[in-house]
Amino acid sequence: MKFSEQWLRSLVNPNVNRDQLVARLSMAGLEVDAVEPVAGEFSGVVVGEVVECGQHPDADKLSLCVVSDGEQQVNVVCGAPNARAGLKVAFAKVGAVLPGDFKIKKAKLRGVESFGMLCSNSELKISDDHSGIIELPADAPVGQCLREYLNLNDVAIEVDLTPNRGDCLSLVGLAREVGALYNVPVSYPQINEIAASHEQTLSVELQAPQACPRYVGRVIRNVDLSRPTPDWMKTRLERSGVRSIDPAVDVTNYVMLELGQPMHAFDLAKIRGGIRVRMAQQDEPLTLLDGQQVKLNSDTLVIADHERALAIAGVMGGEDSGVNVETTQDLFLESAFFDTIAVAGKARSYGLHTDASHRFERGVDWQLAERAIQRATELLLDIVGGEAGPVIDACNSEAMPKTAEVNLRADRVNSMFGLELGDSEIETLLKPLGLQLNAQGAGQWQVQIPSHRFDLGIEVDLIEEVGRLYDYDRLPVRYPAARLAPQKKAEARAELPALRRLLVARGYQEAVTYSFIDEDSFALFSPQQAPLKLANPISADLSCMRSSLLPGLLKALAHNLNRQQTRVRLFESGLRFVGQLGELKQEPMLAGVMTGLRLPEGWAHGKDKVDFYDLKADVEALLGAAGSLDAFSFVPAQKAGFHPGQCAAIERDGKVIGHLGALHPQTAAAMDIDQSVFMFELELEAATAGRLPQFSELSKFPEVRRDFALVVDAGVSAAAIVGCMRERAGEWLNDLRLFDVYQGQGIEPGCKSMALGLTWQHPSRTLTDDEVNSTVERMLQGLSDEFGATLRK
Amino acid sequence: MSSRQFFVPDKNCISAIRGGQMRHGAYRDVLAATLRNLHPYAANTVPSKKPELLAKNKTERFASISNGANMDNLDQQVSQALAAIAATDNVQALEQLRVQFLGKKGEFTLLMKQLGSLSAEERPKAGAIINAAKEQVQDALNSRKQLLEDAALNEKLASETLDVTLPGRGQQSGGLHPVTRTLERIEQFFTRIGYDVAEGPEVEDDYHNFEALNIPDHHPARAMHDTFYFNANMLLRTHTSPVQIRTMEAQQPPIRIVCPGRVYRCDSDITHSPMFHQVEGLLIDEDVNFADLKGTIEEFLRVFFEKDLAVRFRPSFFPFTEPSAEVDMQCVMCNGDGCRVCKQTGWLEVMGCGMVHPNVLRMSGIDTEKYRGFAFGMGVERLAMLRYGVNDLRLFFDNDLRFLAQFR
Repeated sequence: MKFSEQWLRSLVNPNVNRDQLVARLSMAGLEVDAVEPVAGEFSGVVVGEVVECGQHPDADKLSLCVVSDGEQQVNVVCGAPNARAGLKVAFAKVGAVLPGDFKIKKAKLRGVESFGMLCSNSELKISDDHSGIIELPADAPVGQCLREYLNLNDVAIEVDLTPNRGDCLSLVGLAREVGALYNVPVSYPQINEIAASHEQTLSVELQAPQACPRYVGRVIRNVDLSRPTPDWMKTRLERSGVRSIDPAVDVTNYVMLELGQPMHAFDLAKIRGGIRVRMAQQDEPLTLLDGQQVKLNSDTLVIADHERALAIAGVMGGEDSGVNVETTQDLFLESAFFDTIAVAGKARSYGLHTDASHRFERGVDWQLAERAIQRATELLLDIVGGEAGPVIDACNSEAMPKTAEVNLRADRVNSMFGLELGDSEIETLLKPLGLQLNAQGAGQWQVQIPSHRFDLGIEVDLIEEVGRLYDYDRLPVRYPAARLAPQKKAEARAELPALRRLLVARGYQEAVTYSFIDEDSFALFSPQQAPLKLANPISADLSCMRSSLLPGLLKALAHNLNRQQTRVRLFESGLRFVGQLGELKQEPMLAGVMTGLRLPEGWAHGKDKVDFYDLKADVEALLGAAGSLDAFSFVPAQKAGFHPGQCAAIERDGKVIGHLGALHPQTAAAMDIDQSVFMFELELEAATAGRLPQFSELSKFPEVRRDFALVVDAGVSAAAIVGCMRERAGEWLNDLRLFDVYQGQGIEPGCKSMALGLTWQHPSRTLTDDEVNSTVERMLQGLSDEFGATLRK
Repeated sequence: MSSRQFFVPDKNCISAIRGGQMRHGAYRDVLAATLRNLHPYAANTVPSKKPELLAKNKTERFASISNGANMDNLDQQVSQALAAIAATDNVQALEQLRVQFLGKKGEFTLLMKQLGSLSAEERPKAGAIINAAKEQVQDALNSRKQLLEDAALNEKLASETLDVTLPGRGQQSGGLHPVTRTLERIEQFFTRIGYDVAEGPEVEDDYHNFEALNIPDHHPARAMHDTFYFNANMLLRTHTSPVQIRTMEAQQPPIRIVCPGRVYRCDSDITHSPMFHQVEGLLIDEDVNFADLKGTIEEFLRVFFEKDLAVRFRPSFFPFTEPSAEVDMQCVMCNGDGCRVCKQTGWLEVMGCGMVHPNVLRMSGIDTEKYRGFAFGMGVERLAMLRYGVNDLRLFFDNDLRFLAQFR
């Protein structure tokens, strides 16, 4: 809501300066967004009169004027096309300073001396109009300071109103608020009942009374729309950000700004039959005032005549039934009450946002329609003449809002804010809002809510008003007191923050990628699934909810590779979305990607690139963070997006909880990545759940270690060998390490050598060589039987 | 490279030292000391005080054991031994000297053996003198040995000198995302004063995101939330408030929670991201009022920014709170003087808050006469931008390492 300060002060004028007023409005919840001077900074400009105007002797486009400032006449060279004798102008005298610190001096223009300048609106920064010099009214007093004459010391104040404060979308509403804030009287505009001078009416049928319970109209005949809108009105409109169009529209806009009632003026001649306020028929056509042709939805309330829709109720009028300055002779004025819900969202659904829809969506004083039409009638008759008919008032009183009565308790007010306000203080604060407080004994009122404060409906609404008018900033401050309550926390868990730090310590940088991705990336990793898609994505790139964190991370990785980073390690935690609505699973995941050198480039680091086992160590560290790494197994797996020979499913209790492996080269190519990438993704919950440490007695007896090099078929997995050994190693085995894997010279092709070190220790005695040897025999036999393993020669 | 090279005053070395690339003063000191100690006539070489004492009593001593010719030579022998020891520059030679002087057949041992030829009165005196001489030689041997060993060790250490300015070997730490860093800081503040952290789904239903928060269909506040929809009922949450609703549905007061997480709005430009992070808080208890809210928020902002900031509350409107307030704090960039970030106002709008609307409490089954609560919500990226001086919201989601690495 934008308004002129002077207009506001004409209604209520607290004894505070502009800055104070603006600050107080903001602190009362009417946030001031901008304060714009209505003109630039200038001085020395007065109302002048062009006494004579002739051609410049040496320039076709310049004229030579004799201008009077009321005291003397001087020569002024002027380039404006509209300079002419008799015109009242904005005259910048020698010594004047124009916006931009532009000083007016005596000057010679094409050989002719000029003593001053005639100004355009744009030169004085009053508007952007630079088509010619300002044309002041003929009665403008020559010699008067222009700032004074045009009230240019005014500012346009723009308040960003919250959606509940529809009551402040008018000067009267703002004035009421200012009156309450400063507890000063407000002089509301006088509304005179304008008697009918003829009997012509129009039938009005309320066919959708819930949406439009009241429709007030009036016929005004024989108007002369060629008459100009008076300057005072134009100025107020323009300073409120409303363009002057024609006197009929200007008056309806003026009343909307002044009182808050959106109105519409129809060309009476275009209305066939009478007015019907009804819901639109599906796809009913209507050409709007802005020229847009729309097909209406059946949920849209329209103002129609007996044949067709004329306007979208509360949003915009139609082109055909609108006022035409040249042809319109008789007007039909509309001042209606539309229900908020009926109007809400409608403008938006047609790509519109109008002053009317802005107000009706937030709510309009439901008792204003009749007063507004009186006010508009008076202004219209003043400006364009004509004869007013009787006020037509179609009202469905059952569907009208009811006056609300709200109980208010002083102790609830005081306990809310920690204040100790007395009853009279509360009354003093609330009454200027137009509330009627009927005391019901001490500290209790029944409050009648006026129709303009439709936002107030329950006690806490009133309590808020007390706090607001008291000033939030002055309200007490304290710290909450609460019982100390223990917060339970399981010990056998590695919470996300700890896991994050673990990855950070291992060289990963945390990333945050969007939860929605493009369909192609989605398909690369979840080809069998249909993505959960947004109905209104911001773009196709961000349209599918991710079923994996990997596409986003790989995109981020590619982003960095494209910026000369060759070593990238990223991780992310967040939800993945699996399935469609109804059976949707939203699971917290932890994922990471790595590429490039194993260690950052450095004098002692070599040039080795990361491989599967670097990644696996990181994953093992994560899984082991809660102390239960043994609970997980790594099983060769095939998964979309992964290298078929370098991918493992991570299982816990037979359930797959994640994967790790190399990025499939084709997937890499599809994502514009041209180097090896390794990646993992696992269910966070599986990684956080662990176990409590369990102490076991330390043995005092020596341990026995045996190392073996086994030769087996290259396809035999380490897990199989280790599993077989563990099974046969007896209960005193306390460590088993695989310390070498070798293929190549000395080993038969197709085979590999694995070197393992096993350590046994008995808790209460020294193990003998014999018993260790027989265990080893048994183990080797088993390995030979199961895998054909032999000891390496 | 040999450590000695460092002491050759060649141009490269000097310029390197001047340039501050190497600090080799330590090497020089160690080696100078070593060389000094190795010199036989160095000032701090043994013998120390004992020979002087001996010399002082010489006349008396020799008067009392005048008949021992070898005794006359004792002083000279000691001097010779000390000189020989001082001249020795390796441990093996030193050992030979020990045998020569103090071994079973050593010179002093032989002297001891001659004591038998003295009278019973003279014997202890002479024995004491010889023992003192032996001790003196033994001390000299020990000190010399220690010295030589020290020197050898120092030389070895000097030769092992490393350039300690070279970077260490191994993995280099990554870092947390600035949003996480900020989120954790916010969560820590509230969990330390007794709040729990609550989380919830991001794909939400209309009821929990809007209806239960007193935002019925067609409410103009819905236009403030540019919502991503899946269908008429399911959407991406526009705030983390649904988590508050779910908590209230599941639990009776007292409730103290903060709800961090991702939220989504269908809006994308320089100052809006379709996804961002929020932390919302909710406290419901008996006797909770607006003053508690003010206190909590003020304290939070001051602790978070580690500054004694001015904080002000402006009336505002949220359907789920009443009274509602917008919180401004003194601009952290200019300390309230006015700058580009605060648009010359000296104030920054940082969060919204208010007392939980009775409709919201009631819908979630909480007695509005008995309990009251406050709620607040803040944008994590906004706080991170102010705290770390980040000037472009989009940087948070580009995941550019050059950006992320600045938060290590």
